[in-house]
Formats: sequence, structure tokens, C-alpha cells
Amino acid sequence: MAETVTGVEAEPRPSRATPGGMLRALRSEFTDRDRRLAYYLVSPAVIIILLIAVFPILYAILLSFQDVIPNQPTTWAGIQNYIDLFVDPDFHKALVYTTIFTVVSVGIEVVVGMAIALALNRVFPGRGVARATTLAPWALPPAVAAIMWRLMFQDQIGIMSYLARTLHVYSGTILGSENALLVVAILVDAWKTTPFMALLLLAGMQVIPGDVYEAAKIDGATTAQQFWRVTLPLVKPALLVALLFRTLDAWRVYDLFWVMGLRQLQSVSVFVYNGVRISQLDFSLGNAAAVFVFLSSIAIAFFFFKVLGTRTTE
Amino acid sequence: MGTGSFETRKGQILFYVLIVLFIMMTTFPLLWIVKMSIISQSELDATPPTILPHTFDLHSFETVFGEDRFVSGLRNTVIIAGTTTVICLSVGSIAAYSLARLKFALQKPVLSLILAVAFFPAVAILGPLFLMFDSAGITDTYQAMIIPDILFALPLTVYLLVAYFRELPLDLEEAAKVDGASPLQAFFRVTLPLSIPGVATTGILTFIFAATEFLFANTFAFTSETQPATVIIPQFATQFVTDYGAQAAASMVLTVPLTIMVLLFQRRIVSGLTAGAVK
Repeated sequence: MAETVTGVEAEPRPSRATPGGMLRALRSEFTDRDRRLAYYLVSPAVIIILLIAVFPILYAILLSFQDVIPNQPTTWAGIQNYIDLFVDPDFHKALVYTTIFTVVSVGIEVVVGMAIALALNRVFPGRGVARATTLAPWALPPAVAAIMWRLMFQDQIGIMSYLARTLHVYSGTILGSENALLVVAILVDAWKTTPFMALLLLAGMQVIPGDVYEAAKIDGATTAQQFWRVTLPLVKPALLVALLFRTLDAWRVYDLFWVMGLRQLQSVSVFVYNGVRISQLDFSLGNAAAVFVFLSSIAIAFFFFKVLGTRTTE
Repeated sequence: MGTGSFETRKGQILFYVLIVLFIMMTTFPLLWIVKMSIISQSELDATPPTILPHTFDLHSFETVFGEDRFVSGLRNTVIIAGTTTVICLSVGSIAAYSLARLKFALQKPVLSLILAVAFFPAVAILGPLFLMFDSAGITDTYQAMIIPDILFALPLTVYLLVAYFRELPLDLEEAAKVDGASPLQAFFRVTLPLSIPGVATTGILTFIFAATEFLFANTFAFTSETQPATVIIPQFATQFVTDYGAQAAASMVLTVPLTIMVLLFQRRIVSGLTAGAVK
């Protein structure tokens, strides 16, 4: 990435400091034949994003201040939808479940993923097989993964329920309890995504040159010191990007909750779906929750970029 | 990580135990559901469950393939994901070429905009899309799913292709330009033909991405005429409540091809997805 970007900066261009300079810069962009072509080539992608993402999200924000029932005239509602949303007990529950799910599942994925990445970063016979199998669960549709795990936690014939009973971990009907379902959802997410997290971290570790470790060893660093002082700081950029992706992904969880709980397990996105799609009298409430998901996602991303110093490209 | 504590013999054994445990944990659920899908009804009902299959019986697959909407669900998945892939590759390859090879001032903002879509929560635009598709009369059609699928698959397509185009040597393109080819001609005559392996891998990944989509499918497809497999399979859990074999078989029909594709292309997936993150 660095090459092209610096390449652009290196081109002599009129100053953009003044409005006139900016206009001239823009004009020079479009008089140059090659540069004009560059804009033409990216324009379909940009138009798609403007039409299908930017316009609808602006529309969603506008709608969140209106009283909307599909196929009926809308009326202005001010901030009433947001007031209704924040006093709604179902929304509270969805918020609590989504927060627990995000923090715990991403936490497990980082810790276990880091351990696996450290193991896979060593050269050993069978490493190729180990690496290849890691990605298998990642390709599954979350909805189908949920069905598979429901079968394993099924009360009468499920292997996991059988194990839970035999080992005296849990004797109730797992799929019948909301709290147990939340635990299972976290487990399924960790199962599906930890290997992927491990591969992202592994990619970050593999760019660390070996002589850094040699130097650390000569200085008498223990394995633990090597991890905390060398590996972790150097893998931090990759870790933060992976963490940001996973956190935003977990925060908007829908498929897994919807199928795992057979429509009964609340997340913020399930709350949106219930309003917008299922009971359309609650359309405005659901849409306000959707805007909430959008704004809270921006807040999370902002936190990662500004506070933790995450960089996606350099 | 250095060798450190794994140097001792005991450490070596511990290391392999952990690796084997990890591989078992990743693959066990998949193998278990495969097992559930190929055993007889009486073995399915057994408590405690058998660990290895004692019987071989494909009645569960007969049940799911006997369901018309399961077969049409697979067909719908192929149509929706296939169309999404073709459009994403067409739009994405020219955009990626521009971003990887040409120079223009708005390069970084455009890359950021595309990356922002990868962070964008799909559920945020569910309400407006529903109203828009409803008034356009396209709910319960393939288009209603393909349109948002294109948006959310596009970042993946573009980022994979940008990473791929950047790996290609510049010489041949330069040579074509010296021979008087325009950048566009250089792209279509030199870069694109050289990129066929990369474009194919990107296409397969885009296809997988679109085939696993659930939110829009579950929102905009009302009937089995348009519902893809990801929507149909969970319906089996409520319809065939106690036919666990059928649920397992239905999951396998979708899972096995996707898993095989990912295993074949895992190296490219990882390098493509981490290109932006670690470079």
C-alpha cells in the first residue's frame, strides 16, 4: 500500500491550500488522460456504495425521527422513537446480551487465537495440516453452524448435552434456557472464529524477523519475556485490526442468535429485525435501534483508531 | 516465537498434545454432523450416542432431497451468489486495477470508503431497504438479495484483487505501454489475462461470502421460490423437529462444498485478508 500512496504524493501537484488551488488541483486531475481513466474505473464501485450504503443510511437516520408504518403516511416524531427505544425492556435485554456476547467471545478468540498462532509459528511436521484445518469452520454460514450445534446440544440425542449431564456440568435442558443459549452462542462463535483470528495473528508474527529473537535470547530473555517484550508489541498492529473487525462483527450479531434461539434469543440486531420485518407496527422502534447499531459501531471504530492507535493501511 | 520451553522432550509431547487437541476441537463438530447424517434412525435415537458410526444409511439425504424447497433453495443460492459474484468481479476488477496501478489524488479516500463498507453493520440499512424495495415492488425477488449482497461482498473482492494486482510484476504492463498501449488496453490485454488465477480465487471467495448471507435473505425472500439454502435449512429445524438426521444431512449438503473450497484456497484467503492488516 505504501508504494502507491507515496507515489501519488511524489507527483508535483498545485497547492491545495487555497480554494483556487484546490479547484486547479481538481481540474488538473481531470485534464490528465490517465488520471481521468483512474476515476472512471473506480466510479462504478463508488456509485454502488453511494446508492446502496450512503443513501440508505441517511434515509434511515431521517426515518428514525418519523413515525413510520409501511404503506401508511408518515408523521414527524422528533426524538420520540429514541425515547421509546431506551425505555424498552426488550432493548435493554438485547443490549445486555449483545455486550456480554461481544466481550466474552472476542476475549476468548484473542487469548486462544494468540496461543494457537504462537504454536503454529513454530516449524514442526504436520504444520500444514494444522493450518489447513483451522479455516474449515470459518467457511460455514453462521445460520448452518447454529443448526449443527443445536443438534449437538439437543436434549435427548445431543452429544454435548450427554457429556454435560455425565460430567455433572449442567443437567437442565440447554436449548430451553436463555442463559445457556447465550453461553452456547458464545461457544459457537469462538469455535467458528478463533482459528481465523489465529491465522491473522500468525500472519502478523511471520513478518517479525528471526534475529530479533536471537538478540533477545543473547540478552538472556526467557520465553515469557520474549512474548511480552518482543512478540506482543510487534504483533500489536495486526492484533488491533483483527480485534476491531471481530468486535464490530460480534456487536452486530444476528444469524447466530436468530437460529440458535429459534427466534427467541435477543440481540440488538434481532431487535431491529423484529421491528422492521416481523411486527411492522414497531418499524420506527426497530429502525431507531438500527441507527443505534450504526452509531455505536462508529463509536467502537473511533475508539480503536484514535485511542488504541489502530492502523489499517500505512 | 523462539523454541524456549518446548526444547525438552516433555515440552515436545505437550506441544503435540495441544496441537492435536486444537485440530480435534475444530473438526469434531463437522465430523459429528457428517456421522449423524449417514447413520440409521435407530442409531440416531440411541442414548448414549455412538461415537463411531455403526450403520451406514442415506435415508436422511433421501428425506432432504425429497423436499422440493430444499432443492430449490440450493438452486436459489447458486443463482443469487453467482450473480453477485459476476457483478462484483466486473465492478471490482477495474476498481482494483485503478487503485493498485494508476495514480490519482482521491486514491486513499476511495480505499477508505471501500474499507468502511467492510465495517458497516448491514442491519443498519434494513428498514430503508425494506421500504425502498417494497415501493419498487421487488421484495421476494432475487434482485432484493443480490443488490445488498453486491455492496457487502465488494470490499472483499476489491481488497483481494488489489493485493493480487500489486504482486504482479510491472514490466509487462510497462512494455505494453512503450508499445503504445493505453492503460486500459494494458489492463485488458496484459494484466487481466495474467491475473486469471487471482480473479478465479477472488470469485470463489466472493461466491462463498454471498452463499453464506442470511440477514437479507431472511428479510426479503418470503417464499421458497426465492429463499436460498441458508434460510431453508433453519426452517427444517422447526419443520422436522425431531428428524435430527434430516437436519444434519441438510447442513452437510451446504457445508461440505464450502469447506472443500476454503481448504483448497486457504493460503490465498489468508494472504488476501491480511494484506491490508499487516503490510
